[in-house]
Amino acid sequence: MTRAQLVRDPIEANALVREVAAPAHGAILLFLGVVREVNDGRGVTGIEYSAYEAMAQRELEAIAAEAAARFGSESVAIVHRLGELGLEEASVGIAVAHAHRDEAYALSRWTIEELKRRVPIWKREHYVDGTREWVDPTGRPVAEVSP
Amino acid sequence: MSVTVLLFASYADALGAPSVSVDLPDEATVADVLAAVAQRPGAELLPALPLVAVNQRYAGVSTRVSPGDEIALIPPVAGG
Repeated sequence: MTRAQLVRDPIEANALVREVAAPAHGAILLFLGVVREVNDGRGVTGIEYSAYEAMAQRELEAIAAEAAARFGSESVAIVHRLGELGLEEASVGIAVAHAHRDEAYALSRWTIEELKRRVPIWKREHYVDGTREWVDPTGRPVAEVSP
Repeated sequence: MSVTVLLFASYADALGAPSVSVDLPDEATVADVLAAVAQRPGAELLPALPLVAVNQRYAGVSTRVSPGDEIALIPPVAGG
């Protein structure tokens, strides 16, 4: 049974790990993506996440199901947080479990890469100088907003 | 026909609204949607071929659009 969810409250790492644990699994991995203090050399004070929520939920569920089929374990839990996050807060949590570690690592890595590639979620970084900017991983210039 | 196009993040900022309504010919495609949106003030800040979703699935420019479809322009995604 996989689970994928958009959430607004802080991500509970221990609960995610417990969720995927099962007697058949010899390996459990937890990935947390967290807000860090510097991006591209600019000081970051926080990140605001937003989404096309209905489609993002659908894509997250599809990724969890595809991951389960591809790597042979239904123990996949993905949560992505929306709203305002401060430094060191987790924006995404992915817990996976598998009978063996090689598959667990592959499953975890594939899941976060697919999430970053196709789930319609956006982030606006807030910088120490008071400006805010949408992050565009493709590197195209984006509109800047003054405080 | 008239359809509503959802906008998000930097695209919503560029056009100054979370959605726009556009008039399309019958038997329109995603390409017609993009051409109509391109006429709006602020659309010059968007790429020539933004990603589009129809009914919450990514769609190519030749995808047919029907009245009542949920159409969205998808800025470069940045989850994680």
